[in-house]
Order: sequence, then C-alpha cells, then structure tokens
Amino acid sequence: MRPKKAKKIVFKSAEEMPVMICSVGHQTHNLTGAWRNIRPEIDRSKCIKCGICWKFCPEPSIEVVDEWPVVDYDYCKGCGICAEECPAKCIVMVEEQR
Amino acid sequence: MKKVMMGNHALSYGAMLSRAQVISAYPITPQTQVVELLSEMCSDGTLNAQFIKVESEHSAMASCIGASVAGARTFTATSSQGLALMHEMLHWAGGGRHPIVMGNVNRSMAPGWSIWADQNDSLSQRDTGWMQFYCASNQEVVDTVIQAFKVAEALMIPAMVILDAFALSHTYEVVDVPDQGLVDKYLPPFKPAIKLTPADPRAFGGLTGAEHYMELRYKLETDMEKAPALIEETGREFGKIFGRDLGLVDPYRCDDADFIFVTSGTAGFTARVAVDELRKSGVKAGNLRIKVFRPFPFERVREVLGKVKKAAVVDRNCSYGAGGIFYQEVKSAIYGRPGMPPLIGYIAGLGGRDITTDSFKEIAADAMAKDRAEEEIVWIGVKK
Amino acid sequence: MVEIRFHGRGGQGTVVASKILADAIAKEDKWVQAYPEFGVERRGSPVVAFIRIDDKQIYDKSRIYTPDHVVVVDPTLVEAIDITEGLKPGGTIIINSDRRPEDFPFHGKFKVRTIDATAIAVKHKLGSLATPIVNTAIAGAVTKILGLARLESLAAAIRDGVPIKAEDNVKAATEAYEMA
Repeated sequence: MRPKKAKKIVFKSAEEMPVMICSVGHQTHNLTGAWRNIRPEIDRSKCIKCGICWKFCPEPSIEVVDEWPVVDYDYCKGCGICAEECPAKCIVMVEEQR
Repeated sequence: MKKVMMGNHALSYGAMLSRAQVISAYPITPQTQVVELLSEMCSDGTLNAQFIKVESEHSAMASCIGASVAGARTFTATSSQGLALMHEMLHWAGGGRHPIVMGNVNRSMAPGWSIWADQNDSLSQRDTGWMQFYCASNQEVVDTVIQAFKVAEALMIPAMVILDAFALSHTYEVVDVPDQGLVDKYLPPFKPAIKLTPADPRAFGGLTGAEHYMELRYKLETDMEKAPALIEETGREFGKIFGRDLGLVDPYRCDDADFIFVTSGTAGFTARVAVDELRKSGVKAGNLRIKVFRPFPFERVREVLGKVKKAAVVDRNCSYGAGGIFYQEVKSAIYGRPGMPPLIGYIAGLGGRDITTDSFKEIAADAMAKDRAEEEIVWIGVKK
Repeated sequence: MVEIRFHGRGGQGTVVASKILADAIAKEDKWVQAYPEFGVERRGSPVVAFIRIDDKQIYDKSRIYTPDHVVVVDPTLVEAIDITEGLKPGGTIIINSDRRPEDFPFHGKFKVRTIDATAIAVKHKLGSLATPIVNTAIAGAVTKILGLARLESLAAAIRDGVPIKAEDNVKAATEAYEMA
C-alpha cells in the first residue's frame, strides 16, 4: 500500500552538483507516500461524486477516474483534508501499518 | 541553582534575570523556544515584561528600537533569514545608539534552505555597529546576556549574544542559574540620559547633513573602542560575584604552545579536546577561542599570537571572494607587527557539517606541514 | 566519558527520555550533555537522541559517532535500521521488548538487555493502548542497567520534567528500575 522508501539522490562531489541550488529535474521519483502515518479510505457506497476531495487535496493526490475519486497512494501524505472536507463523510483516515 | 536546559532557554533565562522590560520577536527555527519560554514567563508573572507581537523580524527590531528609545530594557532573538530581514533596522539600532540585546542563533543562510549551524548570518552584520559575543556553552549564554546588557547600556551600543544552531540552541547542558538578587546588584535598572518622552520632547534619527554625520559616527566608533576594556572590567566583576570570569578571548594551553587553533563558537570547545589529544602525541598545541568579535579584541589576539610559532584560523563562515572572516580579521590585527607567526586559514562546518576532533587533527597536520599559507582557503571536509 | 545513543520514533518521547535522564544525571553532580539528532521530524519517523556523561566539563560539541551504549525505545526499529552502527565493541543495547535478549541477532556481539516498557506503561495507564508512553519506564531501566543515577534523582527529574501524571510516570520508572 505505502511506498517503502522515497528514492534519494546523493551527490558524491561538488563537481557533480548543478551550479544552481535546484532539484535534478522533476521530482516525481520522490514518492512522498512514504511519509504517511494515516491514509484516506473512500467508501464508494456513500460517495456522491461531488469532486470536493479532488478540489481540496493540496498535493494533488486524488484523481477523478470514471467520475470516482481515486487516491494516488504513491504520493498521498495523509494530511486528512479530504476526509475533513467531504460533505458525505465517506472518507475515513486509517492508521498505516509500519 | 543548577538546572539542565537548552541553549535557547539559556537566552530566555538571561533576559528574565536581566529584567528585560520589552520583548518583541518573531519565531524562526531554531530560535522559537527562546520566545516561547519568555512569553510563558511573561504570562505567569516570572517576568514583568511587555511582549509585542509582530508580523516580521524587521518589525520586531523596529519595535525594539521604539521601546529602547522610550527607556525600556529591550530583548529579542532571531536567526539567519530573520536576522537578514532586519538588516536595515540593525543599522538603525547601531547608528541610533539603542542598547538592545539580541540573541542570535547562528543558522546558515539560504539557499539551499538550511536550518543548521554556520556563522554567515551574524558575520554578515558585522558592520552595523553592534557588539558580537560568540558563546560555546549554555552557561556562557546566560552569563553573557547579563553582561551584554551592562556593557550595552553603559556605552549605548546594542549587542548580539550568538550561539550555534542545535549544537548549542537545542543541546541540554547543566547551567548554574545566577541568583536574581545578585544579578540585580550587578545590573542596575536602565536609566538612559536621553529618552523619548513628552516631558522632554525631541526628534530622533532625523536628517543629518555632512556637517554632523561624521562626528556622530566618530562617537560610535570611539565608544565601541571603550568596549574591550569595559567587557574585561565587567567580566572580572561578574567573576567576583558569580565565580565565572567573562573576557574577550578564551586561550587554552597557549602559554607554551608552538601551534594554536584560532576558533569561535562550539567548535572552539571541541578544539580543546583535539588540543589535549595532540599534546598526548607530543604536539605542543593550544587553542585561542575568540569570544568577542565586535569590537575586535586586537590586543588580546596579538598578545597570544605573538608567543606562538604558527596558527590555524578555523572559520565556520565564508565571505565569498575573500575567504574566512575571522582569518581576514586576525590577519589584519597582526599585520606589520614584529614577531607574529604565519597564519593559515581553514573553512569547515558550513551548513551544519560537523566539526570533530578529527577535523582539528587534519587541520593541525596540514598546518604543521606548511611554512606559510599556500592558498587563501583550505577547505576541510568538502567532497570536491 | 560515556556516550549513549537513543533510537525511537517521533512522538514516543525519546527526546524527553534523554532530557529526563540528563536531569537525573545532573542531580548526581555529573556533567551531562543531551541533544536530539536534528532533521525533518514527524510523528512515526525514526528519531535519534544522544547523551554524553562525564565527571568533568564536556567540551566536545561534535556529534556522537561511536556510542558506548544504545537504547532502543521502539523495537520495530531493530528491523528498520542498523541500531548497532558505530556502537563500541562490548557495548550494551537496551531494548523495549517482551522478547529475550538471545532472540536478537546482535546478541553475543554486544550485551543485550530487554525491558518490556510497553507493558509497564500500559499497566500504569500512560498514554493510550495504541500509543503507550514508554519513555519514563525506559528511563528507569536505563538508569539501573547503566548505573547512571540513583532512583531518587530519576524520580525528582520525572516530577520536574513530566507535564501530566507525574506520579504514575514515577511508578512506571520505579517498576522498570527494580525489574532491570
């Protein structure tokens, strides 16, 4: 469920580093889902497909697929905002197994 | 009374024992505990001070200046980005002669965004007319805040009490908390001759033409030049009351040393451990820890250096384009004077990279193999 | 000089444990230095704390790389990271666990002692069943096993440093101290 470890890039020397203090290209390899302690679980039997969870997710880690909200657990950091904002109260935050 | 506390709380205790009357500060890692404890002390009555909440460090220093000129003993604390944000106001406090005491936690300047220790933040402010005290233990932090108020108010010059991020700010050490009654005897209330009051209306810091500005700055510099003697005198007085002298420099095993490190901050204490180990292996090593950087302690530095054969200055900072800052200033302190040793400059520990006894031994080996500096900077621990 | 490293997870009170121990040690008139490893912290991620103890003033302000002893507050860390890294040969590892010392892979290479601090914490209703507050029980065991301080000093340090349920925490520490 939860990515084991976010991939880490380590530079071995100053020479290898870019001149500007920036990331090495895009950051999609950084699987922030590994940071999570709790994860959102969406109960489709109660979901009204309003899209509010998708709108409020700050990451964004919720996509809309065939009108249903789908959590991307590779990146979801477990902030709980979706559960808080859901008007149908169909999202529950569940403890991650360590 | 002995108490285990972190360096940040040592700053708070210093301000509390000094009976600071106005505190205005903005939080920033790794300083937040200073202000948290002070606001607890204000709310439970341990400290009878006004706490002014502000939205930025620039406003914090502006509030402090206002409070100080109105006659209040004023304290604040910040670090790194926050210190940089108040830069304009630091000049105002220095040039305006407002004896504010500020705790600064030495934290690296971004980018890269770093919360760990180095000295560029405070050293970048060395021209603003503030005294700068660099501490190596939490005991020194409490004691120095108290002494700083005494010297600052006597000379009407603000003072920074500086401690390394995490190595001191978040490290718990045993502190002998000075007795309030004894502190009151050492540090009387702040009674400035001139202050902002309707009873004696004045304008402060206004338009000053070329016919007056230079004299005002001459007065600041000449008063700053009284500081070394006053720091030593008030330091001896502190020693008589509390058993701990507070001076300009802390020389360790320098009297019969061939080779010494010149250091500051917590690295200046780790250097002692390296000195002891080097001595065991037959090297007559010593360490000169510079405690007060502004005003620069010219006489004491020359006194110690004049007796040794070589010195390695270790900077936890860099002035890009000119090298380590303590190195530059120590070099200029001894320039042209007979009997001075060759100096070699090292930079270590930027961005919180650890400075260990092994780092010091590497420095000693490098320095002792050279007759004189071969380059402007020798970098320690850098993966080139 | 003795150097000790603590391993825990954020939110378990590992840093508070090191602070309480520092307090207790200071009451024995020794010099002590305690600090957490500084990084990005969040509940559940591994944290490390350190203590140095000596009879004279401690001047070394660098990090601890070769501790004399290691304390593990959360046993799941034994699988997650190498808790023995840098530990001096013959050093003692104290683990919060209901397993026996022989059950751990590094038993034999190092001295291993276990204390079921979780059970003690639960018994004294410290924290919740899901997250029991084990730090004072651990402090009790560590104090006894490593001979850091007298029980009275530890009890006084707990009363000074623990914001709620101080007496229950003292009881937990005392039970662990006596069991260790």
